[in-house]
Amino acid sequence: MFRKPKRKIYSLIFVLPTFAAFIIGFIYPFFSGVYLSFCKFRTTSNAKFIGLDNYVKAFENEGFLRSFWFTALFVVVSVVLINLIAFFVAYALTLGIRGSNVFRTVFFMPNLIGGIILGFIWQQIFNGVLKHYGTNLALNSTFGFWGLIILMCWQQAGYMMIIYIAGFQSVPSDLYEAAKIDGANKKQLLKNVTIPMMMPSITICTFLTLTNSFKLFDQNLALTGGAPGVVSESGTMIYQTEMMALNIYNTFYSNANSRGVGQAEAVIFFVIVVVIALAQLAITRKREVQQ
Amino acid sequence: MKKKIIRKAVATSMACLMAASCMAGLAGCGSSETEKGSVYYLNFKPEQDKAWQELAKVYTKETGVDVKVTTAAEGKYEETLTAEMDKETAPSLFQVNGPVGLANWNDDCIDLGDSDVFKELTNESYALKDTEGTVKGIAYVIESYGIIYNKTLLQKYFDSDFSSVKKIEDLNSFDKLKTVADEIQKNAKALGVKGAFASTGMDGSSDWRFKTHLANLPIYYEYKADNITSTDAIKGTFLDNYKQIFDLYITDSTCKPTELASKTGADAETEFFKGESVFFQNGSWEYGILTENGMTDDDLGMLPIYIGAEGEENQGLCTGSENYWVVNKNSSEADQKATLDFMKWCVSSDKGTKAMADDMGFVIPFKNAKEATNVFVKADTEYTAAGKEPVSWNFTTMPSEDWKNGVGTALTQYAAGTGKWDDVVKAFVDGWKTEYAKANG
Repeated sequence: MFRKPKRKIYSLIFVLPTFAAFIIGFIYPFFSGVYLSFCKFRTTSNAKFIGLDNYVKAFENEGFLRSFWFTALFVVVSVVLINLIAFFVAYALTLGIRGSNVFRTVFFMPNLIGGIILGFIWQQIFNGVLKHYGTNLALNSTFGFWGLIILMCWQQAGYMMIIYIAGFQSVPSDLYEAAKIDGANKKQLLKNVTIPMMMPSITICTFLTLTNSFKLFDQNLALTGGAPGVVSESGTMIYQTEMMALNIYNTFYSNANSRGVGQAEAVIFFVIVVVIALAQLAITRKREVQQ
Repeated sequence: MKKKIIRKAVATSMACLMAASCMAGLAGCGSSETEKGSVYYLNFKPEQDKAWQELAKVYTKETGVDVKVTTAAEGKYEETLTAEMDKETAPSLFQVNGPVGLANWNDDCIDLGDSDVFKELTNESYALKDTEGTVKGIAYVIESYGIIYNKTLLQKYFDSDFSSVKKIEDLNSFDKLKTVADEIQKNAKALGVKGAFASTGMDGSSDWRFKTHLANLPIYYEYKADNITSTDAIKGTFLDNYKQIFDLYITDSTCKPTELASKTGADAETEFFKGESVFFQNGSWEYGILTENGMTDDDLGMLPIYIGAEGEENQGLCTGSENYWVVNKNSSEADQKATLDFMKWCVSSDKGTKAMADDMGFVIPFKNAKEATNVFVKADTEYTAAGKEPVSWNFTTMPSEDWKNGVGTALTQYAAGTGKWDDVVKAFVDGWKTEYAKANG
């Protein structure tokens, strides 16, 4: 009935609305954002090109550098913990325990709550406990750090668990049978059959946790807001539990001269996230096996 | 064949829909630009949002000029303003918080030196001038803060046998304040209170009372001693006094200093109106909340904040403004004119001044202002009449939000015992220099 070219035209028409939305909501802001990072501006419609000045200031910003290391540490710890927890919960729930469907739902639910609300709820919980020891989340950056880790594990583990469960269920049972006949014990089954077959799930889960943790904002803002802060030797205010996204936001609004610096930080941040995510994808992809 | 027709029909209707929505968008923009001009006010004070919306309606009814009022979420004014100023329909009327705020937006503000609203001011000092001396902002509300006290409870203290200060007139220096607070704290049970001062909460909803408002006093005395009105580097001459008063607040308090980090503004408010504390550092804007919660005018009074500086027996309340109206230069001429007319109407017409005094509870520095019912405002008038010198609001010259946050977090740590006073000094003095350079460099 249809000739080919016509079909193409129709498909283009139907793609158009989404494509327009993508351009308006993503491509345009992205490029104008990159452009603005080279400008001095207060409102985006009134920007003056000044070259690399903002980038110099961004790299001189003690708070930004500190937030990078804080974020890096947070990412390492949270990626490892979230994936370990999710993997073993998923493993336990595929063993066929009674009520595993209920558990799945329960573990998944925290993921449905928004980050700001979660942050405030956990802030109340932590402060309620810490009060008995005469301290507070806002007083000690160690508490803030582990508070964020606990919050993220609680929220993300359930989501990753679902992906891992799907992974477990997709491992063909004949592989287990064959391995068992060859005399493999439980540990060997896990190491030599399950994990290699699960690599696609592991790839997607590490990717998700890595980028989520790197870009964390809401939870950070609501739980600690960057507190406690210290004033460094040079008189600059440094927030000790401020992650990169929050630092960028705070820099952007700190004064009328800092908008461009915040924008430059955002571009640097983008590059870092892309590089790390691509590297991670390349590494884990290599380990995936064909079924 | 039939399928093809349906497809075509769907595609055409989709196209029509899109075209129609585009047209609607355009039409929306076009209609607001009438010859009369319109007003778009970006309001700073969330608690007055409702009153402004109503006043806007009244004005529209009276004159036919559209007035749109939007209120930024608490603590998010600068963010909202930044976003709004980028739009085609930017606010024609917005506000800055003083010289530092004006420095950010100066290029976008028109000269108000010839405006009617400027001429309505009772005193020229309520206008905000830029570095070249051009009038750019008009203060539309004057507020006072100090140490709010519970008259009934304080009288109970004066009447008791353990008190060494016997009347309010004698309570006129830091030493006296400390004596009173210490004695109240010691005899808290006998007076039926938990502590002398309501909690010095360092949560974000409350820490501005100390990092900004209380910090105004050492700055005020330093400026006064050096005969300046702003500086790029503060010396911190009066920081020992700052420590003295802060120590008093956290020692003679309703709770342990270690609990302060998470105490909120509402906590302190509640402690005060429930009669659990005698003193509560805050301002005239608290009047509404306190009276709504059962306190009467006879219960309420306000003391100057004594920090032990020389000559403080003549010190009045801290009175000033951090709310200055400015008019957007980029708005169309018609809109600018409509905005100026609206401002004039608000501060001079019967309906406008009445709404500002009664519905918003403002004391406005304009000739036609209605008398306010607020007892704290009356207290300020009385102090001034008695020859006390009001403390000006110098916190509007603080270099940045980051500076305030630096001092705030150092105070929090100091109160909790995890930080030293030296850190507060460092945040105050070194932080000022760094932040000033950043904001002006």
